[in-house]
Amino acid sequence: MELKEKLVSSFLAFENRGNIDLDSTVHAIRLKAIQNFEKEGFPTKKDEEWKYTSLKPILKEDFILFPNLEKSVDYKNIKDYLINDIDSYTLIFVDGEFNSFLSETTHDDCDVCVLSSALVRPKYKMIVDNYLNTIANKNNSLSELNTAFVKEGAFINIPKNTIVPKPIQIINFSTGSEKEVLLQPRNLIVVGENSYVQIIERHQNLSENTTLTNSVTEIFLHKRAIVDYYKIQNDTNESSLIDSTFISQKQQSVASVNTFSFGGKMTRNNLEFYHEGEHITSNLNGISILNEKQHVDNHTLVNHKFPNCESHELYKGIYADKSVGVFNGKVIVRQDAQKTNAFQQNNSILIDDGATINSKPQLEIFADDVKCSHGCTIGQLDESALFYMQSRGIPVKEAKALLLYAFGNDVVEKIKIPQLKTLISKFIAKKLNVQLGFEL
Amino acid sequence: MLKINNLHANINGKEILKGINLEIKAGEVHAIMGPNGSGKSTLASVIAGKEDFEVTEGSVVLNGEDLADFAPEVRAHKGVFLSFQYPIEIPGVTVTNFIKTAINETRKAKGMEELPAKEMLQLIREKADLLEIDRKFLSRSLNEGFSGGEKKRNEIFQMAMLEPQLAILDETDSGLDIDALKVVANGVNKLKSEKNAVLLITHYQRLLDYIVPDFVHVLYNGKIVKSGGKELAYELEEKGYDWLK
Repeated sequence: MELKEKLVSSFLAFENRGNIDLDSTVHAIRLKAIQNFEKEGFPTKKDEEWKYTSLKPILKEDFILFPNLEKSVDYKNIKDYLINDIDSYTLIFVDGEFNSFLSETTHDDCDVCVLSSALVRPKYKMIVDNYLNTIANKNNSLSELNTAFVKEGAFINIPKNTIVPKPIQIINFSTGSEKEVLLQPRNLIVVGENSYVQIIERHQNLSENTTLTNSVTEIFLHKRAIVDYYKIQNDTNESSLIDSTFISQKQQSVASVNTFSFGGKMTRNNLEFYHEGEHITSNLNGISILNEKQHVDNHTLVNHKFPNCESHELYKGIYADKSVGVFNGKVIVRQDAQKTNAFQQNNSILIDDGATINSKPQLEIFADDVKCSHGCTIGQLDESALFYMQSRGIPVKEAKALLLYAFGNDVVEKIKIPQLKTLISKFIAKKLNVQLGFEL
Repeated sequence: MLKINNLHANINGKEILKGINLEIKAGEVHAIMGPNGSGKSTLASVIAGKEDFEVTEGSVVLNGEDLADFAPEVRAHKGVFLSFQYPIEIPGVTVTNFIKTAINETRKAKGMEELPAKEMLQLIREKADLLEIDRKFLSRSLNEGFSGGEKKRNEIFQMAMLEPQLAILDETDSGLDIDALKVVANGVNKLKSEKNAVLLITHYQRLLDYIVPDFVHVLYNGKIVKSGGKELAYELEEKGYDWLK
């Protein structure tokens, strides 16, 4: 059976397993979503937004939709994937199920807990009804698919005037207890007025089996809220990730999403910002360092609807071997969005002849009093810089690594959590296969 | 120390150096002068090992060892230093981190341990002071946004750190005002010893007022057409190059 049919036909069984309340909002949302997914199906390369990324080879696997939880996971199995030297809240999911034993949640000043409980507890009904699937419903069949099976993920609710004292780590593990597994985590994050939170998200396959993750995150920022969000994508070569993150911002809020893609077989990031007020700032930063046959596709959208807002986008990529990068950055400035400042940069370095980058800036500007710019460079390592470094005694391999390090440095510099910055620097050094005597 | 024998070099099939002979002994300062396009910078690049140039004949021998098969970094490890006419900007790498890497890679190549951080810092400060370089400057990205003078001063700072046997200074005086020129020349003079040698490449005699050469050579159309003492530089300043053709 094709994956699509398999998913559609298992929908009823899925809902029944959850003893669903037929009057609930979530049931209505799921039902609508499965119908939309059935109509749309998986995107193909004929779809303009999927021109350079094919899901076909991935979808032909015989995925298990509801993995049995056979393998138990201990702290020692996962500790390498946590940032251990910081105090943090942690939400650990194993094969799609929440693991309370390994997690640290809170309900003290804010709610850092799980969606499955938020969906059923009356206390959270208002939040679920008001926010769930209100920005993820953007005509994207993969988000619809996730919504149809919405069940588990992070639920983060920060009331107003709250600075969350420590970062939140959300980590989704797969254990490979089944041969091929499809995971669909769903995160809902609501940040109140004047509140601040830092979030680190990661997906990690603990086995050599195939995993496909179709993750959806919705983030809502109220007035003057600040969110720093970090996505660490350093999974195994058997793992593919489709991540769709939707952000809705009220006036004077600042949302920053930093995406670090080093691992995985295929990664598709859909990152969309919607403005609902004036004086909003949206920051989008990313760095991809790929080799072998890895494929990373960054699709971003910033929708400027109100005046006096700004967006800053910087994506960098280093592509070796036969790896493929895609950057599609869309910026829309609506007619009312006067005095918009929108900046976009995409810089890529191709190390080997077989590597590819498809870069497509898309600016649609309907307002006349705006400052918008985009820049796109695709290059190779600067030979004269290499000779300069060599002439100072730095061997060519180290010189190349140093130049590549330096190339990605301005993205790494944007990380506000020092321990995370160290970790990302280490990933980069490892990926570039060099140990430098210092951290940049 | 350095012996250049009948050196011929091409770039893209065009012959630039057409048989250079030059010997430099330890403790000596040599100056190479010549008009634009005579091959001065090419000679510097060929000694340093730039791969764009193809050596078709002759050899460059350092301390009895033919450098032909050595990569630029190996030549550096063996004591060759080239101060660039146009130093390259490297955004994202600070002056300090760059020089640390250069020093430690050179030490590694010689089978030595890395220099402890404290000693490194001390050395950096000492040499920065010698060249009157502001400490703040050391944490800036290498050459990025530096003025012409700052770039040249930074080149000599790196030279001071690396303590090469043979320092080739390619047009180090260009872009320097007189005060900066004095600082740079003073730095070079302080680093000079009986064990090392300096090869100055310059258009003008001006630099040679401050770094006094033992020998002056005139390069013209890929060949050394005249050699002499420092007085030759004054003669060139007065008469230009035409009389040598």
